[in-house]
Amino acid sequence: MKIDPIHQFNIEPLFTLGHIGNHTIAFTNSSLYMLVAVAIISILMLASGSQLVPGRLQSVAEISYEFVASTIRSTAGTEGMKFFPLVFSLFMFLCVSNLVGVIPYTFTISSHLIVTVALALLVFFTVLIYGVAKNGLKFFKIFVPHGVPGYILPLVMFIEVLSFFLRPVSHSVRLFANMLAGHIALKVFAGFVAMLGFSLGAIGWVGGVLPLALTISLYALEILVAFLQAYVFAILTCIYLNDAIHPGH
Amino acid sequence: MAESHGGAKAPATDAHTEADGGHHAGAFPPFESSTFASQLVSLAIFFVLLYVIVSKLALPKVGGAIEARQNKIEGDLAEAQTLKDQSEAALKAYEGELASARSRAQAIGNESRDKANAQAEAERKTLEDQLAAKLAEAEKTIASTRATAMSNVRGIAADAAGTIVQQLTGVVPDTASVNAAVDASLKG
Repeated sequence: MKIDPIHQFNIEPLFTLGHIGNHTIAFTNSSLYMLVAVAIISILMLASGSQLVPGRLQSVAEISYEFVASTIRSTAGTEGMKFFPLVFSLFMFLCVSNLVGVIPYTFTISSHLIVTVALALLVFFTVLIYGVAKNGLKFFKIFVPHGVPGYILPLVMFIEVLSFFLRPVSHSVRLFANMLAGHIALKVFAGFVAMLGFSLGAIGWVGGVLPLALTISLYALEILVAFLQAYVFAILTCIYLNDAIHPGH
Repeated sequence: MAESHGGAKAPATDAHTEADGGHHAGAFPPFESSTFASQLVSLAIFFVLLYVIVSKLALPKVGGAIEARQNKIEGDLAEAQTLKDQSEAALKAYEGELASARSRAQAIGNESRDKANAQAEAERKTLEDQLAAKLAEAEKTIASTRATAMSNVRGIAADAAGTIVQQLTGVVPDTASVNAAVDASLKG
């Protein structure tokens, strides 16, 4: 019995789309699950009707809408609603793809650093470009906190600048590492069950109960993490956008 | 555990790589840079697609439904308030009408009672006046009858006194002095 907890992260090209330079651009399993996520979100949001008294699907769509809207309002204020489509897209894309990824035999898009980095950089540059375009040089007041004594200010500014530019790193690695580690742990513990059963016979079947119980509880945790990391990504996006909208707070 | 896990992993990866035709050179998939371009291109395509769907279709639709519901609820509440106000106004008008009707009834009752009282009073008065007139007339009749009777009594008394004096003294008294004596005793 072979256990390969890494196999689930393999990118399998399904067909080739074209070439950019010497890179082959392929429609991969990752692309397929992105398509699935977009399709699920579209169906949820568009096929759910607009009744006065909502049905189940419409309730889910409206709860998602209200949830993201209230998250933005509470962290970035009413002006943050400008970025509602962006935050909503990010949250729903990650939440749906993470939840789909928890299903066995599926692929998790956000278990690849390149994807989370791309999304985190999208947020980073949105904050930077919007912040400078809206506030001009006043945007850089976010690096100068209020009430810091002059002699310590250079150090604080250095730390603030550093942390600002490290934001995309923490923003992307948090999501990537959570999804990756969770899926590996799940696979390893699930693998133990099969491994014990195949190698030790009856004793192994009895011994497999413990890793099975762990797998079940980890699975529940992973469902929570799948939602939570999407939420964390979205709320951090809101907090970063708040800096662009209200610098100097 | 780590050793057994690592040991199990290595051959599996090799087997997979061979089966896959050597596309993945055994590297950890998330760090395999040959897949980055494909992933970035598909992410760009699908995220932009999602963004367009969300911003142009999904959010306006769901937001519109929520807003429509909010407006409907607010409209219904306002309508209910208006109807409530109307019914309260109607109740107030009814109560006002009732009170005025009651006071009018009271006024009519008072008026008719006063009128009846006044009429009864007037009738009583005329009756009393008539009675008083009759009484005065009767008194007058009594007084004249009495006066007549009294004057008769004087004549009789003078006659009787003259006769008594004649009988006793044998002298016919002077009429004038008899009269004077009778008057004095009648007065006394």
